[in-house]
Amino acid sequence: MSGSGGIATLADHKRRRVEELIARTSEAGGVSLIRDAGRRLLRNPTAVVGAAIILLFLVIAIFAPLVAPHDPVQRFPELTRDLTVDHIPGATAGHPLGSDPLGRDFASRMIYGARQTLFVGVLATLIGLLLGVLLGVIAGAVGGRVDMVVMRLTDVMLALPSLLLAITLVALASRSTQWTVIIAVAVVNVPIFARLLRGSMLAQRESDHVLAARALGVKRHDIVLRHMLPNSLTAVIVQATLTFAVAILDAAALSFLGLGDPDINRAEWGLMLGVDGVRYFEVRPELAYFPALAIILVALGFTLLGESIREALDPKNRR
Amino acid sequence: MALLDVRDLSVVFQRRGTRPVTAVDGVSFTVEPGQTVGLVGESGCGKSVTSLAIMGLLPRRGNTVAGEVLFENTDLLKLRPAELRDRRGRDIGMIFQDPLSSLNPVIPLGLQVAEVLERHQGRTRREALREARGLLDAVGIPDPERRLKEFPHQLSGGMRQRALIAIALACKPRLLIADEPTTALDVTIQAQILTLLKELVDNSGTALVMITHDLGVVAGLCDTVNVLYAGKVVERAGRHHLFAEPRHPYTDGLLQSVPRLDADRGGRLHQIRGSVSDNIPWSEGCAFAPRCDRVIDDCIGETVPLLGGALRCTNPVPKEVPV
Repeated sequence: MSGSGGIATLADHKRRRVEELIARTSEAGGVSLIRDAGRRLLRNPTAVVGAAIILLFLVIAIFAPLVAPHDPVQRFPELTRDLTVDHIPGATAGHPLGSDPLGRDFASRMIYGARQTLFVGVLATLIGLLLGVLLGVIAGAVGGRVDMVVMRLTDVMLALPSLLLAITLVALASRSTQWTVIIAVAVVNVPIFARLLRGSMLAQRESDHVLAARALGVKRHDIVLRHMLPNSLTAVIVQATLTFAVAILDAAALSFLGLGDPDINRAEWGLMLGVDGVRYFEVRPELAYFPALAIILVALGFTLLGESIREALDPKNRR
Repeated sequence: MALLDVRDLSVVFQRRGTRPVTAVDGVSFTVEPGQTVGLVGESGCGKSVTSLAIMGLLPRRGNTVAGEVLFENTDLLKLRPAELRDRRGRDIGMIFQDPLSSLNPVIPLGLQVAEVLERHQGRTRREALREARGLLDAVGIPDPERRLKEFPHQLSGGMRQRALIAIALACKPRLLIADEPTTALDVTIQAQILTLLKELVDNSGTALVMITHDLGVVAGLCDTVNVLYAGKVVERAGRHHLFAEPRHPYTDGLLQSVPRLDADRGGRLHQIRGSVSDNIPWSEGCAFAPRCDRVIDDCIGETVPLLGGALRCTNPVPKEVPV
């Protein structure tokens, strides 16, 4: 092999190697934030566990009639027969978790409870989040007097203990339904979301990149919605995952106080834990254990997933 | 006709219950089309406030802006906010000091370049992105196709500043205001960015207002230099003139404070005593007097006028007599 030929081959080889590298890096850089976040979520065991838990409960909730062994409101003679104030039958053939205090199939009620509980928790959190974000954006973006009024309003709401505020709201409704509970729990969370968002919006308003956007003549609503809001959402997303668990418990507390839906057939974990679980704890503690465990698991699932979503959405974590 | 004619611009900051602070005090200067004009001075002399006032970017509350900012004979200070917004980014571009914090951290670079094109030139997203690719290429960002999809934190400091220049020049503005564009960069990158700016500005005929405390930047770039002190122009001269023959003691002090390779090795670097303060207002004499080596009795008393439109000093550094 001649000297010059060797050099040419080497240069060729190097050039090919560089092109290869460029091709590979281009590929890595060419992924959108959402898709990239999704990919990283799948690789994160915490996220997968969280998502699996939520998915499991979602499937149970959606297919409750198929999963549940019995009708959740039917009272079974074989259960009511042994039912006394001091005794609630445990597991028997056909009733894996035994009876509830009214002789209904406890397992089926737990399964149908997933429906009610997820519905109340998710909806209350979402409504609270939406209203809170709306108020927070208005206060943070407009500032001045509007900001003052909104913030004093949240001060008043935060000054009252949350449950007391929820009770007041439910009491305002002429007739208690599931919706009054959802709305009450949602409203209680509004000031928390509003304050969080307003705080980060204010920080964003003073930031250099917002000044730069203004120097480019970007319109006001675009500055608020494209530049300030997306940079302010992180704290609110985390708060929402935590709120979910609290919302379920708040709803349960309202039911426990007799302010929930008066329908005794309604199967909801919070209600089951707060009413039957507490009343019959010494007779049959499982009536409290199972709903409590279910609530904790779902809340855990949301928290795990929420935290991982936050991490994944943070562009600084892109690799 | 001057492209930009700043006349007697003043900015006074006042918060309730506090003494008003005059940050910019009757500053006047002009920028001709295609010209590069420097605003020089140390921290706190009013450089940045001047640029923000020209762009109408000062906060709505807590300050009063007086004077005229004529851009192509339109007073920018009298425009309604919406009209001013239409001009910002289209007719006048601006580059800021810190390239990382000036970019939105959660939006890919491409969209940030595209945004201004969509806003001012009515491009669709697709067209704007295609154009953005060319713009990144023009400011010397390698592999622009990939960079379009990346986020600001994935770029190096130099590349971020290049990207900001691309954004500022996207709509081919007639005026570019650069507020200390190289302060946050290291020296080798500074030189690259300055060369790039000079090239782009020369090629497109954009006028440039360069705000800086770095006399090296001025030496390399500016046609005319305005030296600011405590909110007032104290000396105005062409670049060669200013460096060869500074007349104002402040300008002289600034020039002498620059370390030189050919100076005596044992010699101490010159420094101007003290720092800018608003204790002596211009109305009671020369604000620089407390720090000046050439101070005389006439310096205290009343406002020193801008003599001959170029020098504000009662006892200037004497001109060197040609031998």
